[in-house]
Order: sequence, then structure tokens, then C-alpha cells
Amino acid sequence: MSAHSYAAQRPGDEFLQGARASFPVVVAAAPFGLLFGTLAMENGFTIFEAVFMSATIYAGASQMVGIDLFGARIAPWMVVLSIFAVNFRHVLYSATIGRHIAHWTPLQRFVGFFFLVDPQFAEAEKRVERGQRIGFAWYMGLGLPIYVCWVAEAWLGALFGRLIPDPHALGLDFLLPIYFLGLVMSFRKRPLWLPVVGVSALASILAYKTVGSPWHVSIGALAGVALGALLPPREAE
Amino acid sequence: MSTTFWIIVAGAVLTYLTRAGGHLVLSRFERIHPRVEAGLNAVPAAVLTTLVAPAAMEGGPAELAALATAAVIVLWGGGMMPMFLTAAAVLILLRHLLA
Repeated sequence: MSAHSYAAQRPGDEFLQGARASFPVVVAAAPFGLLFGTLAMENGFTIFEAVFMSATIYAGASQMVGIDLFGARIAPWMVVLSIFAVNFRHVLYSATIGRHIAHWTPLQRFVGFFFLVDPQFAEAEKRVERGQRIGFAWYMGLGLPIYVCWVAEAWLGALFGRLIPDPHALGLDFLLPIYFLGLVMSFRKRPLWLPVVGVSALASILAYKTVGSPWHVSIGALAGVALGALLPPREAE
Repeated sequence: MSTTFWIIVAGAVLTYLTRAGGHLVLSRFERIHPRVEAGLNAVPAAVLTTLVAPAAMEGGPAELAALATAAVIVLWGGGMMPMFLTAAAVLILLRHLLA
């Protein structure tokens, strides 16, 4: 680790650093963002509602579940509950990242938590692992491009989605699992990484088959976190 | 405003609460127990795995080959962008060849 990473950086530089880290995230999420806009229209949303959902909920998987249930004409409170269930994992992100942003002002935390999506959390944790500070400027440099593109994609998808000839042939449906696997792998130096990944994978697949989606995310995650909390850390052996 | 509008507003409020809530609860404690600390350190791998595992299980040869490619590139020290582009290329190519 070079010494300069500990030195205080100017907010402008930190913002640009964050923006650079956002690039792969923006590329990986783009097809998903467009697909959301397209499917929202197909499920009877107006363009305003599609863009409004991306701009306020800002959580891809839960938005997909949401429009899916709209299409199925289910009771409104069930749709809201499902969105909550898919997003429950963010409680864990919030508790984890909260330890590293204690130096932020309350207003910065209030704003920052809104942008705490999966890749935002993963990139922030990677930065902590490299021994670098999570400044508010860096965090927003990472988060704002992802957010702005995500909202724009809902709009573009709603307008032009029907023009995509064959999303399956282009691999669009499977880009996010690839991206998430890359993120999982990037944490492989952590204690108990392999057991945690194994248990979470098994528990989520079992839950997916029995309880069903979206509960497999919370169940699988809690199984992995419980294992991490219960097993003695490797250093202590 | 339509029902859809209010469903979105309620979903957004609840989603924000999940993003702020974990910290709000944890920050009430003076000290974090080492077990809780260890559990939180497992969060990235545990949660992100659940977003991959069912998709991998339902995937065919093209999807599994793409994931394997991604894993190998990260193990060789490749960055996120090379990993992502190579794995996507493998996926698209194999889907065309196997279709």
C-alpha cells in the first residue's frame, strides 16, 4: 500500500476517482436499466411511472419484481411488501458500511444512504479493504454517474425498448450475474470467504426451490452472515 | 395520483429505510461485539453470492462457461472490466454457437 493513499485528498480528486470506479458498474447495469424501462411499458406503466420508479426506489431487482406483480394484478400492499423483501439485504449493507462513514455529517449520511445499491456497497467495501478512507466526495463520485445513467436508461428503455431485436442473443439477461460473481470473487481475501460463499450459495438455492424468490436473497445472506459470526476467525486458530 | 404512483412512493420509502436502518440500529450501540463485527465482514460475500447462485443453477452450458471465465480472469488478477467484457463475449459467442 503506497503512503499517498492515506494522505488527505482534495474532494475534486476523490470525486473523479469515484467516477472512474463507476464505469464498469454503469456498463454492467445499462442493459438491465433499459430492460426495466421496456418491461415497465409492457406491464402498463406510463413513461413517467417507469422513470419515477427508477429515480425513487433505485434498486433494479426489486423494480423488476414490482412491475412483474403489477402485470399479475396483485393487491397493492403485496407489491409493496415484495419490494421490501427484495431490498431487505440493504439493512446488512447499511450496518456494514455505517462503521466506515462515522466521520460524515448527518446530512451526508442521510443523502448517502439513498445511493447504497449493491455495486455502491461492494466498491466502498473494496476501498476499505485497500486501507483507503470513504470520503463523501468519493462516494458521490461513484454513486451519481450510476444513478443518473440508471434513471436515463429507464426513460430510454420505455421509449425505444421495442427496438432491441433479441435481448437473449445479446446476453443481456445474464450480464448482472456475471458482474456480481466478479464482485463476490473480489472479496476472496477475507477470512472465511469460501465457507461463507458455499453456505450462502447452498441456502439461497434451497430457499429459491422451496420458499421461492425473492426470499432466497435474505435467507441465503443470513445463512452466510450467521456462519461468519459463529465460526472462529482464522487468525485465532 | 394513480395507485401505481402510491405503490412506488411506499416502495421507495421502505427501500430507503432498509438502506439507512442497519446503520441507525447499529449506531445505538457503544461497542460492536466481535461476533457481530465478524458477521458484518461476511456481508459482501454472503449477499452478493445469493444474487449469483440461483442464476448459475438455472444456467445452461453458455451461462456456466461465462461464469467460469469470469472467475478465472479474476483469479489471474484481471480487473473488473476485462473480466466483464471477456465473460460477456464468451456468453454471446456460445449462445450463438449452441442455439
